Amino acid sequence: MSAVSTPERLVSLRNISKHFGEGTTRVDALRDVSLDVTPGQVVALLGPSGSGKTTLLNVIGCILEPSKGRMCLEGEKVYDNRWLRSDLRRLRLDKIGFIFQFHNLLPFLDATDNIAIVLELAGLGSKEANARAVELLEYLEVANRRAALPAKLSGGEAQRVAIARALANRPRIILADEPTAALDSARAGIVMDLLRKLASEQEAAIIAVTHDEKIFDRFDRIYELRDGRLDSGSDRPN
Amino acid sequence: MNLAYRDVRHNVGRFLLASVGLSLLMAVVLSMMGIYNGIVVDALAIVRAPQADVWVVESGTRGPFAEASRIPGDTREAIARLSGVTFAGSVTYQTVESEYRGGKIRLFVIGYELGRPGGPSEIVAGRAIGRSHYELVADRRSGLKLGDRIRLGRNVFNVVGHIENQVNSAGDPVVYITLLDAQKLQFELAPPAARIQVARGAVPEGLDTVNAVIARVLPTVKPSSVAEAARRWKHLAAMTQSEQENILTSSVVDKVRRQIGLFMGLLLVVSAVIIALIIYQMTMEKLKQIATLKLIGAPDRTIIGLIVQQALALGMIGWALGYVLVTNIKDYFPRRVVLEPENAFVLAAIIFVVCLLSSGLGVRAALRVDPATALGS
Ligand SMILES: Nc1ncnc2c1ncn2[C@@H]1O[C@H](COP(=O)(O)OP(=O)(O)OP(=O)(O)O)[C@@H](O)[C@H]1O
Ligand SMILES: [Mg+2]
Repeated sequence: MSAVSTPERLVSLRNISKHFGEGTTRVDALRDVSLDVTPGQVVALLGPSGSGKTTLLNVIGCILEPSKGRMCLEGEKVYDNRWLRSDLRRLRLDKIGFIFQFHNLLPFLDATDNIAIVLELAGLGSKEANARAVELLEYLEVANRRAALPAKLSGGEAQRVAIARALANRPRIILADEPTAALDSARAGIVMDLLRKLASEQEAAIIAVTHDEKIFDRFDRIYELRDGRLDSGSDRPN
Repeated sequence: MNLAYRDVRHNVGRFLLASVGLSLLMAVVLSMMGIYNGIVVDALAIVRAPQADVWVVESGTRGPFAEASRIPGDTREAIARLSGVTFAGSVTYQTVESEYRGGKIRLFVIGYELGRPGGPSEIVAGRAIGRSHYELVADRRSGLKLGDRIRLGRNVFNVVGHIENQVNSAGDPVVYITLLDAQKLQFELAPPAARIQVARGAVPEGLDTVNAVIARVLPTVKPSSVAEAARRWKHLAAMTQSEQENILTSSVVDKVRRQIGLFMGLLLVVSAVIIALIIYQMTMEKLKQIATLKLIGAPDRTIIGLIVQQALALGMIGWALGYVLVTNIKDYFPRRVVLEPENAFVLAAIIFVVCLLSSGLGVRAALRVDPATALGS
């Protein structure tokens, strides 16, 4: 299919399969998964435990090598039965933002530096990195906590700092594994609204794994995984 | 921003504790080096004190320090007559144990002829020996005070002067007495033993025996040629000052060096293991953070840098604290501790390498960690 390299698709997967182990211990975590996500789209991944949601995010995030298939990110072919790039970490740094269920901030850096570090890794000087970090914290309305260590932040504040970090290098693909699971429903709603705002303002694609039915209405499209198979998706229920 | 520094600052108490522990090890290594240097310096100080060019001793021996040597006292006149010799003097060396203020002290007694080479080079307090009997000049470390009286053998001596930094290779402080007193101390039999010898009809052994004769030569004359000339007497052996120094450093000090070297080697291995364990432990605690760093795209060199810099900082802080510690306590050691800057630098270089090697374990663990582990809980 020629659609694989169409540029207006930020994420494009064709017949991606991933299995772990061989023989009797073989687990088919993903079977022939095809998925397209366009700029500005906020997509939910649903499915029972063990259905392959995390595996799929890891594949899109170039953390896990698929067993076969093809994958394009921002129009660049990155996987075609093998990785086409050797510097996958650089690719992650430039193109992908990760938001985790637990914030995973570095405990020895304050909120500002947790964001500045990814900017510096991408090559920014420390002054600019700092300025942009503060800007991001302001955008996410946690600038008042800029000098606090992660241990001193509330769950919602920490998650917002983590989102700021995911956005730091202006990636157009944001992957989130249960981003709101550690938050109460009011905060979960705030975080999701934020992600929606981001998607539309930055023309980014957001793929989030979630179990939280209360936030389903915040997604443009909902896909469900079962035994490693992805359904064709359904539009926002309303 | 420097991640290694930030992480250390976050756990500063524990990091400093580890550094202090390491610094104690470093202090022990440095003081070992210092003690070894001290032994060499002390040994050489005694050989150098008489400012001799040639040493004449008993044939077949490498005396008077490495081996016992006895030669007739009139050897000195024979040596003085050799061409090129400006001064010659007889000397004796012996270790004596004596009572002093209710305790025992060991002294290294040097006998010399007044007005001839072999006496103390510099008196730091009091005066030099002025009378031919029963006066002594002592190293400060002996604890003897000016004006004190001390019994050596059967005679009581007055302490008239102090010298500094002269102890033998066993650490016993040096005292100088006149040759005549020293000969009595060393060779005279106790009266009952002497009476038995006379009763048996033995000819009383001459008291005029010395351990060595030292000679100074004209600047234009090679000491080796004078030594050569002295060796023509069959009962004598002779060596130059540098040969004498070599004998001391190679035979007398060599065992000490190997012993201390072995200790230092063991201590360095222990330090390496400790550094490796600390670094490994610090890395294991950070595995999740390292996985996160990899996930957000940090290159390996950032992660290796984090670990290696911490290892080096640990080693260098430990080294510096150890150095400061040793320089502050070295005067309280029973033996002289001589720390050369080179020693400290050599140790720094060794610790640098040890840190690099021992951070390998941590680096390996960090590089193996799968970035995906950051995603799980
Ligand atoms: N590294 C691995 N080695 C072997 N099997 C794995 C590995 N990672 C995942 N699996 C298996 O692949 C399947 C999909 O796992 P995955 O983590 O993607 O599920 P999930 O949908 O994220 O589940 P949950 O909702 O519990 O997080 C599971 O059966 C899991 O046991
Ligand atoms: Mg999962």
